[in-house]
Amino acid sequence: MSLLSGPEGPITDAGWGHEHHRKGFFTDTSVCIGCKACEVACKEWNQNPADGERKILGSSYDNTGALGANTWRHVAFVEQDGDRIEEARESGRRLVSLGMPGIGPKESRTAEDGAPLDLTGADRSHPDTPEFRWLMSSDVCKHCTNAGCLDACPTGALYRSQFGSVVVQQDICNGCGTCVGACPFGVIERRDDGTISPKGSRDERFDQDVPEMGTAHKCTLCTDRLIDGEIPACAKTCPTRSISFGDRDEMVADARERVAQLHERGMTEARLYGANEKDGVGGTGSVFLLLDEPEVYGLPPDPQVPTAGLGSMWKRAGLSAAGMIAATAIAFAAGRK
Amino acid sequence: MAEAHPVAFQWVMEAKRRGATLIHVDPRFTRTSANSDKHIALRSGSDVILLGAVIKHVLDNDLWFEEYVRAYTNISTIITDDYLDTEDVDGVFSGFDPETGTYDTSTWAYEGETEKVDRGLPERDETLQHPRCVYQILKRHYARYTPEMVEEYCGISREDFDYLVDAIVANSGRERTTVFAYALGWTQQQGGSQMIRTSAVLQLLMGNVGRPGSGIMAMRGHANIQGATDLPTLFHILPGYLPMVKAGQESFAEYTRGVGRKEQKGFWANADIYTANLLKAWWGEHATVDNDFHFDYLPRLTGAHSTYQTLGRMLENKLDGYFIMGQNPVVGSANGRLQRKGMNNLKWLVVRDYYMIESATWWKDGPEVESGEIASEDIGTEVFFLPCANHMEKAGSFTQTQRMVQWRDQGALPPDDATSELQFIYELGQRIRAKLKDSTDERDRPLLELTWDYPVDEHGEPDAEAVLMEINGRYLTGEKAGQPLPGFAEMKADGSTEGGCWIYCGIFKDDVNQARRRKSREEQTLVAPEWGWAWPMNRRVLYNRASADPQGRPWSERKKLIWWDEEQGKWVGNDVPDFPLNKRPDDPGDPSKGGPAALAGTDAFIMQPDGRGWLFAPTGLADGPLPAHYEGPESRVPNPLYAQQSSPTGIHPQHGKDNLNAPGVKPGGDVYPYVFTTYRITEHHTAGGMSRFLPYLSELQPELYCEVSPELAEQLGLEPYGWMTIITARSAIEARVFVTERMRPLEIGGQTIHTVGLPYHWARGKQAIVTGDAVNDLIGINLDANTQIQNSKNNQCAIRPGRRPRGEALRELVREYQERAGIVEIDGQIHDATPQASHNAEDLEHTIEHADIQSDYMTKPPPSKVDESEQKGGTR
Repeated sequence: MSLLSGPEGPITDAGWGHEHHRKGFFTDTSVCIGCKACEVACKEWNQNPADGERKILGSSYDNTGALGANTWRHVAFVEQDGDRIEEARESGRRLVSLGMPGIGPKESRTAEDGAPLDLTGADRSHPDTPEFRWLMSSDVCKHCTNAGCLDACPTGALYRSQFGSVVVQQDICNGCGTCVGACPFGVIERRDDGTISPKGSRDERFDQDVPEMGTAHKCTLCTDRLIDGEIPACAKTCPTRSISFGDRDEMVADARERVAQLHERGMTEARLYGANEKDGVGGTGSVFLLLDEPEVYGLPPDPQVPTAGLGSMWKRAGLSAAGMIAATAIAFAAGRK
Repeated sequence: MAEAHPVAFQWVMEAKRRGATLIHVDPRFTRTSANSDKHIALRSGSDVILLGAVIKHVLDNDLWFEEYVRAYTNISTIITDDYLDTEDVDGVFSGFDPETGTYDTSTWAYEGETEKVDRGLPERDETLQHPRCVYQILKRHYARYTPEMVEEYCGISREDFDYLVDAIVANSGRERTTVFAYALGWTQQQGGSQMIRTSAVLQLLMGNVGRPGSGIMAMRGHANIQGATDLPTLFHILPGYLPMVKAGQESFAEYTRGVGRKEQKGFWANADIYTANLLKAWWGEHATVDNDFHFDYLPRLTGAHSTYQTLGRMLENKLDGYFIMGQNPVVGSANGRLQRKGMNNLKWLVVRDYYMIESATWWKDGPEVESGEIASEDIGTEVFFLPCANHMEKAGSFTQTQRMVQWRDQGALPPDDATSELQFIYELGQRIRAKLKDSTDERDRPLLELTWDYPVDEHGEPDAEAVLMEINGRYLTGEKAGQPLPGFAEMKADGSTEGGCWIYCGIFKDDVNQARRRKSREEQTLVAPEWGWAWPMNRRVLYNRASADPQGRPWSERKKLIWWDEEQGKWVGNDVPDFPLNKRPDDPGDPSKGGPAALAGTDAFIMQPDGRGWLFAPTGLADGPLPAHYEGPESRVPNPLYAQQSSPTGIHPQHGKDNLNAPGVKPGGDVYPYVFTTYRITEHHTAGGMSRFLPYLSELQPELYCEVSPELAEQLGLEPYGWMTIITARSAIEARVFVTERMRPLEIGGQTIHTVGLPYHWARGKQAIVTGDAVNDLIGINLDANTQIQNSKNNQCAIRPGRRPRGEALRELVREYQERAGIVEIDGQIHDATPQASHNAEDLEHTIEHADIQSDYMTKPPPSKVDESEQKGGTR
């Protein structure tokens, strides 16, 4: 756990007071139809440049690849055969915790009211394991409780908003890139024209405006829309309610209920990602319902905020400093003799 | 549906959330399959075998909804003894003329005295024992359609077939319903109309018509196709499904009697009223009772005039000018090469679009110019490009597949010179009329006397609501003169009312644009009658009399929609009753009166001349009263059911050597060994005019790919994401190789059938952000006789690894395969080795006889019928 976030929760810690509710997404990948409307709505609203190289990527129907400076919602497509589905069901069944799979003591599954969920009577035999499945999942910035990017930013360009989201202020960001390495999910990135990271050459037929080049960019949770009482563009456009948005507590409760529902139907591969407050980032603002291991979707299984070790690092640094001082003192003391 | 209709698919997901079972039957595993309970892969084009076997199963095992079927369908009706089934004539029905490839449909008629049949009272046998009653004919007709046949020729295992049948049976009956949704996977097949018909027969048998959560949903080719069929941009119908007038039909009375006789049952008996109101709306004060409302002003059809006949005329140098509005035919229509060749012959062409689409620039950067086959300076076509407003930049309406009309307001002004279609057409009319204003030529009278007087705003944009008001209609005389009509029952044939489209009458009820209503579903009943407006009369479920049992009680509490209220003496419920409001369930009907009065209290299908749903369709179809399976025009699988290989009525114009078919089952067929199917994907819109020019959509699917099974990729040495060349009897294209287990080879009749998949959104040109070869260059023009729609879903191809040749070598490659297949000889002679009768362009003239499907026959059209945009493979 980072030292930079206390028990009051990120919003209060950031000085916004108690009256603000932490907002977040619940992305239920079990009803994602892979239409990519979230990607497009996000780019339209935020006026982000197109990102792809306009070459087929070789990754099923995904041609934008990953989250980055311009793509703040990204839909992954994973084609799987029957064996892999069975493995996913098995691993999901073994997962006692509904939170993020991670190191540490396992929590037992609980129902909405906190009581242990009794599924002993439920029919666990899934109807029919299909021979094949095609997973689709819309990824987004996690807006971590303990946000590496926020902790690492030396200029104060990143801040915690009143909605609990982590937002970059482009006019302050100096493009140092410290945040890029500090994000355990690889979400934040500097916007470039192909010179910073090796993207293919832009086609001269297609000239586009690339604003705020060189600074760090990522999902803002549509702060501007939230201030106006609207919900983020991706959630607004999602036709199947795969992306829902609201108070994080409610999102997590909905997510837990949905997992229980799917388990009851025999879809034991369902599990949550980001809902466990004891994970390496203190839980995320964006929680996900996945149908396989996080790695399958390109998500880290055990993300750790780099500042998690800050305390012990300082302790060790202090200890070494003290040791050095002591050694020096002894050396001097010994020299006098 | 998830692929091409993601917005509509939200409701399917909603149903699934509430426990509905979702089954996806498709040759490919798509985004829809990924979200279904079960995906069942079938061989493209074998749908009638599958559904026929389901029909056989429910008949053999008495699983049909007997009470519903006996009361509401023609199952007990006896067919004339002149009728011969495919069982009797080895694969064709009686009345077939092999010379013309057409049917004389007169033997498919109901038995009985003409007088009584005309009144909707044919001979019936309620015991269902008569050998010529529909029940017995159905049983005989589908006897061959066995589960073994499905396994062998659809490629569907017995287990999967059982799953499908059990799901349909378990979800039909009093308590539950099943709905079928289809899209162009059915429409764009030669024989597609009959695939839809098979599902209609099954749905009627299972009692899944006219009830909540039932029916057949036509997922249309794109937005507002339903509207473009209701107020048609089609050659063969007038607004409200009145048929286009044919040459030789001189009298108003004769014409309207052909549409609906006064003595027949139901609402088509009032065809004269609907026609009079239409003519009155168009020619205003000039149209009077005395001059038959200027029925003589309507143009007369002399033949079929679908997009493909028009192309034929271009190729024969018989067409001077052409308007392309919201279409991209050189990409979206079958045989793109032929489309471009035809357009080379035009004198002038007007293209209205947002972008410089390929149909505006083919003459300078099209594939034939690129390959050097033709030089730009040899193309004499003068092209006028006019920018158009998009759907957000103009007011108007969309009608979707539920027949629901939703109005949209203008969101922003169109940029620069861009104008709406409404403004363009209105101005075009104004200018033509101005040029003709001094003309005394009789042929100019219809144009000069047309009501063409819509108010315009300061930008010259006509008021779209004024057009909607004209469509709705008004009272012209009496104290209500000038007021909008509240419904088509108020229409009169005496000149006292006018209305541009009788089925839309009431859309401006109470002087309110009903289509503009936006009351949240949270604030109204489940049927949500106050969101938009559905024709006719805001009914959300057609034929909803069938939602109640013959006595007028809901079939079940769970599935109730409308019912008879004895106290009030009328039909009541959650939807607007689709039945004469005060007609009792036990009303025998008054045959002497004709029209709605002649309907019995159980005649739920109020548009049919006999008041019944048609299991057996005595009229209305060009290719048979019952669906029969025929193989696709290029199929290499011998028809397992009949000696007749492919559709006997299929239309295949030759156009020299430019529209050849692969030999199929004949020698040489193995030169084109693989099946290819074409489709759309979520990220792009039809021929790409609305997506390939937009960066955010282009980046999502930047390149044309071909989906191939791992087995076929290995067999042919195709490298994943490398290049492959696909060769047909028409052309050859290249695509990226997309190896995926979502494509599976099927074992069919002892041979392995490999199917590959090609999305058709790309094109060669220099204007779009992303380009690729145009898939429709591969497809030949093989049309369905009912709809004139091309066969896009199953054609044969050859495949080799690597890119296609450039320049002249491309045509040489195509020719090399044609020669090997024996469809051309070395000296250039053509051998038509196609398994069906072929037609010259001139022969297409006869198709008019069956091009006017529904309206000639007094039936309400299924929304799947002829549809110009679908016909063209989609627009833009």
